[in-house]
Amino acid sequence: MTDATLSFEEAMEKYDPVLGFEVHVELNTKTKMFSSAPNVFGDEPNTNVNEVDLGMPGVLPVVNRTAIESSIKIGLALNCKIAETCRFARKNYFYPDTPKNFQTSQYDEPIAYDGYLDIELSDGTVFRVEIERAHMEEDAGKLTHMGGAAGRIQGADYSLVDYNRSGVPLVEIVTKPIEGAGSRAPELAKAYVAAVREIVKNLGVSDAKMERGNVRCDANVSLRPHGRERFGIRSETKNVNSLRAVEHAVRYEIQRHAAVLDSGEPVIQETRHWHEDTRSTTSGRPKSDADDYRYFPEPDLVPIVASREWVEELRATLPEPPAARRKRLQADWGYSDLEFRDVVNAGVMDEIEETIAAGATATVARKWWMGEIVGRAKNADVDPGQLGVAPATIVELNKMVEDGKINNKMATEVLDGVLAGEGTPAEIVEKRGLAVVSDDGPLLEAIDAALAAQPGVVDKIRGGKIQAIGAIVGGVMKATRGQADAGRVRELILERLGVEG
Amino acid sequence: MAAINRDDVAHLARLAHIEMSAEELDRMAGELAVIVDSVKSVSEAAGDDVPATSHPIPLTNVFREDVVGHTFTAEQALSGAPDAYEGRFKVPAILDEG
Repeated sequence: MTDATLSFEEAMEKYDPVLGFEVHVELNTKTKMFSSAPNVFGDEPNTNVNEVDLGMPGVLPVVNRTAIESSIKIGLALNCKIAETCRFARKNYFYPDTPKNFQTSQYDEPIAYDGYLDIELSDGTVFRVEIERAHMEEDAGKLTHMGGAAGRIQGADYSLVDYNRSGVPLVEIVTKPIEGAGSRAPELAKAYVAAVREIVKNLGVSDAKMERGNVRCDANVSLRPHGRERFGIRSETKNVNSLRAVEHAVRYEIQRHAAVLDSGEPVIQETRHWHEDTRSTTSGRPKSDADDYRYFPEPDLVPIVASREWVEELRATLPEPPAARRKRLQADWGYSDLEFRDVVNAGVMDEIEETIAAGATATVARKWWMGEIVGRAKNADVDPGQLGVAPATIVELNKMVEDGKINNKMATEVLDGVLAGEGTPAEIVEKRGLAVVSDDGPLLEAIDAALAAQPGVVDKIRGGKIQAIGAIVGGVMKATRGQADAGRVRELILERLGVEG
Repeated sequence: MAAINRDDVAHLARLAHIEMSAEELDRMAGELAVIVDSVKSVSEAAGDDVPATSHPIPLTNVFREDVVGHTFTAEQALSGAPDAYEGRFKVPAILDEG
């Protein structure tokens, strides 16, 4: 069943959106939050587990010191206060993703609270998002629903469980209600999650790969008529796992809520599932008394005390904040404000930095990412960094162009080949027979033919109108089907005619 | 602290996935009421100046260094599973929870 929606513009005319986000960040510690089993993505199912992760009777969890330090760093980077003392609690529920029948989390005593993040929107406007809290918890196992409609829980016959992710340290960052974003709500949503992702990546506390679930966002949306202070009823869209999806999901929920409110019905407080294929949400389950998690302090763990000395020690290790980093990178790369903002908005700043680190100049890196890759990513509907172009590929392509092995036109063709999985640039040049004709023999033949075909032009060049050479070069390029190096062709023509360039 | 009635017990039993008969609910409502009353007496004895206790031993910051220790093989992990498939636990489809 498809839900009714209003156009975004009409929804904005009638209603004022209020947002809220819960962003889960998986820490990249070597081991889990409460067990010494490895925290590694992508291994064989149920091999990165021990008795603690499987919730065997009688086992004792022990807190990972590095995970606490990473959590404090995240709190500091979000301008939060760090709790002098805090503790873990049990969140009780029955679901096969947690073998203990409770998740060890923090409830009334988060490790970090009362922070904020200044988010820069695409036109440079700065919007402050208040952070309610950042608390520690453990990730759950991964369920795969089998049978029924492809991979969806609805209609599944059974589910398979892999507990490798069970117990991976998480920090959940919760915002206060975000008011006043208006029609920029979808953009702000994307920019906020991007900023959190950037911060945790910059801190080095998370791999921050959204496609791997290292950063996951639950987006809360509610609408209220303009001028009303009381919030409307919200929906919570779960696991929106790419930056583009965050923007789309918030936009969609605003449009859906507006249609519900327009029909005179109340919005149902429920979780919604995001579907990337249809760019829409479907109803999950309504809030019910099953959400009574009966939190109580975890008796197997003692409180965490973060002495002020410890907090200051950690603060001293914090890297340059992303906003300061952006300023520095722009200066280093010599981009104009507009060029740099375009790079940031296209989401390729990190990629350009990596490409420069791999050996490209700032100009070359920008030319490839902004000129070639961003457009292709847009067509493929993925984030540019996920398209599959490695910095080394760009460096290799550029070197081939600079060495005169291929020209720019061929280079883009080779790039398409790389994206199609045909191999490395060198292999593709070989396979597709793309090398620039560098043996002068065949070139000279083509040049002689072109000169013979356009005697009038030859006279002009001999007479000093060097710019007329374009017609001859064009003829040669046509004859060689674009495979000649135009610079070399020009040289040879001038040589042939005995004219100084 | 509010008294515990039969409906509360039924609710908790459902949340805890414990099947209870009508007689058991009646009996447990009575027993839990006694326990809640006892806790209330303790709360009266402890004034506002006594912080809530979650742990009997005054310890803090018991940490483990971030060093990889032992793991199970998938066979070991699944050895007690009622059902398994291709290295993973197999569980009935769950539609309306979570």
